[in-house]
Parts: sequence; structure tokens; C-alpha cells
Amino acid sequence: MTDKFISIEAIAKRYPGASGGEIAVFEDLWLSMARGEFGCVIGHSGCGKTTVLNILAGLDEPSEGTVIVDGQAIEGTSLDRAVIFQSHALLPWRSVLGNVAYAVTSKWRGWDRARVKAHAQTFIDLVGLTGSEHKRPSELSGGMKQRVGIARALSITPKIMLMDEPFSALDALTRGTLQDEVRRICLETGQTAFMITHDVDEAIYLADRIFLMTNGPGAVLAEIVENPLPKDRGRTDLHRHPYYYAVRNHIVDFLVSRSKTFAADMPGHDPRNVRVVKIGVSEPTIVAAPRAVETHPAQTIAR
Amino acid sequence: MTSSLRLRAAIVSIALFLAFIGIWHIATRGTGAVATMTPEYARLMGLTATHGKSAMPGPLDVGAKLWEHVKRPFYDNGPNDKGLGIQLGYSIARVGLGYFLAVIVAIPLGFLIGMSPLINKALDPFIQILKPISPLAWMPLALYTIKDSGLSAIFVIFICSVWPMLLNTAFGVAAVRKEWINVARTLEVGTVRRAFTVILPAAAPTILTGMRISIGIAWLVIVAAEMLVGGTGIGYFVWNEWNNLSITNVIIAILLIGVVGMLLDQILARFTRMVTFPE
Ligand SMILES: Nc1ncnc2c1ncn2[C@@H]1O[C@H](COP(=O)(O)OP(=O)(O)OP(=O)(O)O)[C@@H](O)[C@H]1O
Ligand SMILES: [Mg+2]
Repeated sequence: MTDKFISIEAIAKRYPGASGGEIAVFEDLWLSMARGEFGCVIGHSGCGKTTVLNILAGLDEPSEGTVIVDGQAIEGTSLDRAVIFQSHALLPWRSVLGNVAYAVTSKWRGWDRARVKAHAQTFIDLVGLTGSEHKRPSELSGGMKQRVGIARALSITPKIMLMDEPFSALDALTRGTLQDEVRRICLETGQTAFMITHDVDEAIYLADRIFLMTNGPGAVLAEIVENPLPKDRGRTDLHRHPYYYAVRNHIVDFLVSRSKTFAADMPGHDPRNVRVVKIGVSEPTIVAAPRAVETHPAQTIAR
Repeated sequence: MTSSLRLRAAIVSIALFLAFIGIWHIATRGTGAVATMTPEYARLMGLTATHGKSAMPGPLDVGAKLWEHVKRPFYDNGPNDKGLGIQLGYSIARVGLGYFLAVIVAIPLGFLIGMSPLINKALDPFIQILKPISPLAWMPLALYTIKDSGLSAIFVIFICSVWPMLLNTAFGVAAVRKEWINVARTLEVGTVRRAFTVILPAAAPTILTGMRISIGIAWLVIVAAEMLVGGTGIGYFVWNEWNNLSITNVIIAILLIGVVGMLLDQILARFTRMVTFPE
């Protein structure tokens, strides 16, 4: 990981506590991502996932630390970082086309109507909403609304997509199709994507790397799980892959037990050098530093 | 189902109306000759004395008088005898002007209060004290400073319609969903464009509700204000006809005040529906 397209450096977020003091949601959090990478964050409710994402989006400011994107410390929000909101956040008084066009005109102020419309239409077609352009959000199903949110985010051709549990409110079938679409679009356009999810299978399907966070307050990034599944994995045959259960069990184990006891179990945890977990056929192999991974025997066997 | 409900409601409404008119008619009709007097004296005393007719006009008197007014709404026979159309016109013009000024002041100021917690806190004590003051209490001060009764009435309308609009605008603006604001922020939309493209449409239903409350209050207040300042207007007409002891005209004026008030409310209700969005 020499290419640090996104680099979160030592960020902390504190809120004033009930009895005068301060409560830290997290302290000294480090996380980096390469260009074109898909990262998923998993952790229990309230551990600070949304807070990290909002800081990355520029919607929220860290109490300490900086976020560097493409070699520059971020200042506020940017059209380079598109957000797909959990609650879709469509403007209800605008049509589907109007919502996407709003984003397009925000990015390209000088474009004339026809050009904006044509550009917006491309992305509406991309998410499969052709024919619903003139509907209001209230006339759409939950899955369709979320698609509009995706079209809006993509229409500004961002460098990074930030997604906060984008599919959690959807039924399994819709979620599946949207996962396919997001994965296809991200692979095709080379997006760097950062997604929060509670769904382990979703993370395994979409992510190149999965970030595991411990429970808050005082949450830490405990482990980074590298996805052992091949790039051309399909959503429906994930479970046929030999490493699937190993990865899944590792993450579920973390969520069920180790996320609570992590701080006590690992007193020497170094937030700058989070352990990278590579899953072998039999047991997950925990490696101290990313550099060492390349020569690790378990890794060779796994291949 | 709904249409039959509407039909049944209409039938009940008409029945109630007819019953009301009937009772009114019976209660005010004459009971026949009650006293014998010379014809000249009887003519002088009128039906009230001779036939036991109530001093209260019946529905037929009011209907006949109303028809006269409807035929000639805009006649002008000097300061104390103008058509009802002219009087209503004066009142509507005053309400319109005062209300328009209030819109111009209240909506931008409400935006400012809603968007800036500092201004909100700073202006709060003034609003809290000024808001409960009866608009008519301003009248002497207005007459003294403005020195024109017509303008004073407009000022009173302004002051009474400004508060609901101001408070509703401030509330609507402050209550715009955070996620919509965040959408604008992630799209790097500037403050002015954000105010017009996100906050205004989002707060519009609340703002228009305030405007609807205001127009209702303004129409209530104009009658009282015109009774005080005199000269022209439907409020003055009511008071003048009371002094003329023409209860028929008073009743007609009351009826028209109600009708115009309803129309004003309906216009605002229509605007409110236009800006309301389903979620
Ligand atoms: N304005 C605030 N004031 C005080 N504490 C806050 C505030 N906003 C968030 N928090 C706290 O920060 C912590 C992290 O919140 P965050 O929304 O990031 O959680 P999350 O991991 O996204 O949870 P979920 O999975 O439920 O969405 C929570 O414990 C919450 O109580
Ligand atoms: Mg969250």
C-alpha cells in the first residue's frame, strides 16, 4: 500500500460528555486506501462509522487530525467526494431528473439545459430508471429512490464514493441487484469507494478490504481483512468459494465477541499499524505488519 | 363512497341553512295588527309598532336589501353613502398593502432568524414582547406619528400580519431536514443558491401556512381598525350603519365580511397546496 489515495491520519472525534468532561467516539484513528479500492467498514451501532464517513465527506470536522485525499488535506465538502446517504436524501419537490440535474448543474454551472438533461439522463439510464424521469420521489419505491441517489452521486463523476449503509433499508432482492450495479459501476469507472455496512455478505461481495471497528466509545480500527475472493466473484455463488466461510466466520467472530474485548486483549495495539488479516484455507492468519505478508508461508499455501 | 359522503353533507348543509332561514323568518315576522291608531300615526310608527313586527329584520328584508346592493355595488353619493363594492374595495386594498409590506419584511427576516442562531437569540426578546401586543394598541401611536388615518390602518395590518409569517418562516427555515442541507453541501452549492434551491422549497409549506394565518388575522383586524379610523372601508360601513340604525345593512356587511374572509383564505390555501410536496 504505497499509493495512499485517501489517508486518514490520527483523527479523533470528541463530544462534550454529560458530566462536564469529553467523550471520545474514537481517538488516533488511521486508515488509508489506494486509488480504485473498495473499502467496507463494519462495526457495531454507535461505534463511529458514520462519524468517520462524515469527516471524510467534509460534512463534519474531526476534533483532531487530518484527512488527506490525493495529496491534499481536505477542507470541507467537495464535488470530488460524492455521498450516497442512507436515507437517500432526495429533494422531494424535484422529479427524478430534477434531482440528478441539480447535482449536474452544481458541478458544471455553465452548462445549458439540454446538456444538463442529456448528462443526467445518461446516469438515470445507467441505474435502470429510464421511463421514471418525471416521477417525484414520493412515487418511487425504496429501491428506486436509492437508485436515484446513486445516479445523483455518479453524475458528478466523483473520484470517491462515500456510502453510509446505502442498502440497509431495502429488501434482499433489491439490495442484491443494487449491489451488483454498484460493483459493476465501481469496477467500470475505477471508483474509489468507502462503504459502511452491517451486512457481512455485502462486505465480502463488494470490498477489497474490510475494516473492522471495535465498540465505542473509544472505538479503534482493530483489523483490516483482505478479501481472499477473486475479483470476478459473483454475488450468488459467493458461498461456493473455498475461503468464503473462513472470511465470514472471522468477521462474525469479531463482531460477536472480539469487538467488545479487543481493547483488553490487545493492550499494545498500534493504531498506525493495524494488523492485516489474510485468510488461508484453514485458519485465518494474523500478520503483524503489511510488509511481512508477502513472504508469509500461509499466504503461499493459500495460493 | 366519498362522492356520496360529499352529497350527503351538502344535503345536510342545505337543510341546516333552510332551517336557520325558516326560524329566523318566523322569529322576526309580524303578528298582525296589535294596536289601533290613526293611519297617520301608524305610518309614523312603522310596522314594529302596528303589527308587532320585530325590530330585527327578517331574511326577506335582508335578501331584498342585498339584491339592491348587488345591483349597484359601486355607487358613490358622498362620504356617508358609498356602494358596498367600494367599501369592500377600500378594505381589501388596505389589507393587501399592509399584508404585502409584511411579506416583504417578514420572509427575509424570518430566513435570517432561521439560518442564524445568533440573530435568532438576539431578536428573540423583541419578538416575544412585540408579538402579544394587540394590533389596535398601536393605533394611537400610528395616528400620532403617521398623521394619516388610512396609512395608520395599513400600518396596523402590517404589524398584525408580520408575526405569524415571521415566526413560521423562521421555524420552517430552521427545521429544514439536515440531510437536504448536506446534499447541497456535498454538491458545493453556495449559500444564496442553497437558500433558493433547498431551504425555500423545503420551508415553503410552513411559510405559506404562516401567510394563511396572517391573512386571516389581517382581515379580522381591518374591520376593527376601520371602525376606529372611520372614513371608508367595510368596518366603517358597519359602524356607520349602526349609527343609522340600519340593522339590515349591518347584517349584510357581516355576511360579506365572512365571504371575503373565506375567499382570501381559500386563495392562500390554494397557494399552500401548490408548494406542498408529498414525502
Ligand atoms: N452530536 C452528538 N453529540 C454527542 N454524541 C454524538 C453526537 N453525534 C454522534 N454522537 C455519538 O457518536 C457515536 C458514533 O456515532 P455514529 O453515528 O458515527 O455511529 P455509527 O457507527 O454510524 O452507528 P450506526 O451503525 O448506528 O449508524 C455514538 O455513540 C453517538 O452517541
Ligand atoms: Mg451510522
